[in-house]
Amino acid sequence: MFSGFMVNAWEVASIVAVVAGLVGFFVVLRGSAFVAHAVPNGSFAGAAGASLVGISTLVGLGVFSLLGALGIGVLGRRGRHDVVTALALVMMLGLGALFVSMSVEYAPEVDSLLFGEVLGIAGNEVAPTAALALACVAAIALLYRPLMLSSVLAEVGEARGVSSFRMELCFLTVVALASTMTVPVVGTLLIFSLMIGAPAAARSFTDRPLAAMGLSVAIALVTVWSAIAASYTTNYPVGFFVGSISAGAYALGRGWTAWRRRATPLPSVT
Amino acid sequence: MTRRDEQIPGLEQLAGGEEILSVQGISVRLSGREVLREVSFGIRPGEFTGLIGSNGAGKTTLFRVILGLQSASAGQVLLDGRPRSHRNPLIGYVPQKFLLDPDMPLRARDLVGLGIDAHRFGIPLPSRARRALIDQMLQAVDADRFGDARVGQLSGGEQQRVLIAHALIARPKLLLLDEPLANLDLRAAQEVVALLARIAAEQQIAVLISAHEMNPLLPVMDRIVYLAGGRAASGTTAEVVRADVLSELYGSHVDVLNVHGRVLVVAGAGDASDLHGHEAALPGMEIVQ
Amino acid sequence: MSGAPLAALLAPVIEPGFFAGEDVRVAIVVGAVVAIVSGTVGVFTVIRGQSFAGEALGDLNTPGGSAAFLVGVAPLWGFVAVSVVAAAVMELIGIQRPRGRDLATGIVLGAGLGVAALLLYLDSTVHNTTGATFTILFGSVFTVGSATIPLVVLLGMAVLGIVAALYRPLLLSSVSAEMAAARGIHVRALGAAYLLALALAVALAAMTIGAILSTALLVGPAATALRLTRRPGRAIALAGLLGAAAMWLGILLAYDSFAWSSAGTGWPVSFFVVTLIFLAYLLSGLPGLLRRRSGGS
Repeated sequence: MFSGFMVNAWEVASIVAVVAGLVGFFVVLRGSAFVAHAVPNGSFAGAAGASLVGISTLVGLGVFSLLGALGIGVLGRRGRHDVVTALALVMMLGLGALFVSMSVEYAPEVDSLLFGEVLGIAGNEVAPTAALALACVAAIALLYRPLMLSSVLAEVGEARGVSSFRMELCFLTVVALASTMTVPVVGTLLIFSLMIGAPAAARSFTDRPLAAMGLSVAIALVTVWSAIAASYTTNYPVGFFVGSISAGAYALGRGWTAWRRRATPLPSVT
Repeated sequence: MTRRDEQIPGLEQLAGGEEILSVQGISVRLSGREVLREVSFGIRPGEFTGLIGSNGAGKTTLFRVILGLQSASAGQVLLDGRPRSHRNPLIGYVPQKFLLDPDMPLRARDLVGLGIDAHRFGIPLPSRARRALIDQMLQAVDADRFGDARVGQLSGGEQQRVLIAHALIARPKLLLLDEPLANLDLRAAQEVVALLARIAAEQQIAVLISAHEMNPLLPVMDRIVYLAGGRAASGTTAEVVRADVLSELYGSHVDVLNVHGRVLVVAGAGDASDLHGHEAALPGMEIVQ
Repeated sequence: MSGAPLAALLAPVIEPGFFAGEDVRVAIVVGAVVAIVSGTVGVFTVIRGQSFAGEALGDLNTPGGSAAFLVGVAPLWGFVAVSVVAAAVMELIGIQRPRGRDLATGIVLGAGLGVAALLLYLDSTVHNTTGATFTILFGSVFTVGSATIPLVVLLGMAVLGIVAALYRPLLLSSVSAEMAAARGIHVRALGAAYLLALALAVALAAMTIGAILSTALLVGPAATALRLTRRPGRAIALAGLLGAAAMWLGILLAYDSFAWSSAGTGWPVSFFVVTLIFLAYLLSGLPGLLRRRSGGS
């Protein structure tokens, strides 16, 4: 399990887990679960379009991820956020359907793009993934303070000169970046499981923001490692294990919170 | 910046100078309606000022202009003698509405800590000095006993105190609170008012709070800015809360009654059916029209 | 067809033989029914801010179809069953706050899609079929047989029946849960009923026109209608109208597109319909945008 091509799988999956844990912390904080689903999903159209035009799939993914994310940001300024996210997603998927219909050989790859091919990662894919991951981590580290303030107390942030809109666009760009680098690995449909399950569980176990971020990364790592090991052993798809383990972690977190609430009295209630 | 004759008695036009906040001739137009008309007043350091007006009188709009979140169609705002800058380091702000998710992994002390330097990029490095400063702020607002609790799980009043500490930790010269008393019961309101008065006096911070009910503030207000019909009258309560001043402001006859130290502003057609307490009268324009 | 001169006039727009094909006629009928049902449920979805739940149910219908393929049962029951089960799980997790609710929806979606991945894998090993994902996700209204029309209408009426029966309390509890609770309305039970209606509507749509169009028809016309009118009754009517119009125009354009390219392959219906719905939503935002620019704020 730990030799040959599997090494790539472990390496890339770990990188993906770190990014998913960090970016996911803010996804859950900002209540952007739908966005975390819509951006990777819609970006598939970019891959289809790229193969049509003959450019790199990664570039196509990146362009559409960014377009989708920023589109949600701009339209979401005035429209309802969940509506805008849904419409941006279906618009991108509609374009994807168009591109696929125009190209002849694309259909077989759809499955792998949707569900990922983590066990089939080539050696030369590790480095670019790591580079993009570094960019994501750097962005999160840089944006941490103003993004925290804007996410928790948007009005106060505005008064301090931290524009909510600008922070939203920055955050969405990071989500797009994270989506682009992880989709080839875990697929569009499952990266968001990692991005919401791990942070949602983590926040049940700690009160401190930085600790929650760290725990989120840790849980994400355990998730992907277990998923790869299980997939290798049973031959079942990795995505199945990622989805189930993420749900399990979330359930554990909820259970822990409920148990703790029963054990200790609540602080003063309004 | 021209001085204009104002017909409203008691209205002062102060030059800049030692004022920490100088609002000069601010007019604001929203959706074709003139919400604020040539509002002018000044606040000195350490003064406790109440911005009184009914719902819809324009208090929040005025705050937004002071904070730079809303542009005015006329007039200017000076902070410490200089035009407002993008970042408002001199102003601490506590909004009226805020929603803190109970599941959010953020303790009260973390939220207060964000007040130190959240506008700067990067991750805050924990240090003893930082922690000491946060502890000091939590103590100053009587929030140290729940400093380690999740801020989203605190009561409304407790959260408000945490937000005050958050605003204070950046050492502002002016503290702005938008309707802090609106959702509090009487005792909690009194506690907050006493706390703010103490902060204003001890730290020489000017406090400007908006309210639609002036009575809880009467004991501590140094100055009142009374907003009605888009115009403002400012001065001490003795100067402003008078029948002649308020009648001029409302544009129709108004009586001011003093009942056991509480102030009642009533529509003055001399008819018993028009008698309202200040609280009822201030869904404001209703009594005048 | 009679009226040859008229047909000739309209030929550039409506390709000759458009109404002749049975598949087109079926598509028009089914498209209209689905649009009306989706638009009706969609208005409540938008008001309640549960677009993610609607979209998630659409995505989750994939395992429904896959499971049905696997077991050899008609896909319809697979769709309905999975839809209802998924909705039930979402309801049982039972979070009322919007943020927590979206998070729970995402978790259920992730787990469900994991199961979908598993089923597809098992399906491909058992039946040796690939490309199942594709058809289920994208669907095509042209492949719906006329035999399904009665079923479609029945399911549609069931959904509309639920909505009609609970109209007033559902509306109130969607607009303001607190006000509804104050009047003694059982907010949680109504939420469950709404999710049931949503599950059925999405199953109906996903099965006939695919998951993408299911979401598009659910959210788009309703959101557009709600931007144009404040009255919920009018919004429902308008949403149904907009959705049906988008479907018909999309079907028409897709049919015409066969004649555009020399290769003889048309563009997919889903692309046209989604684009029309998206454009309609954008256009409905123009009046507000212009008002803000000129009125000044």
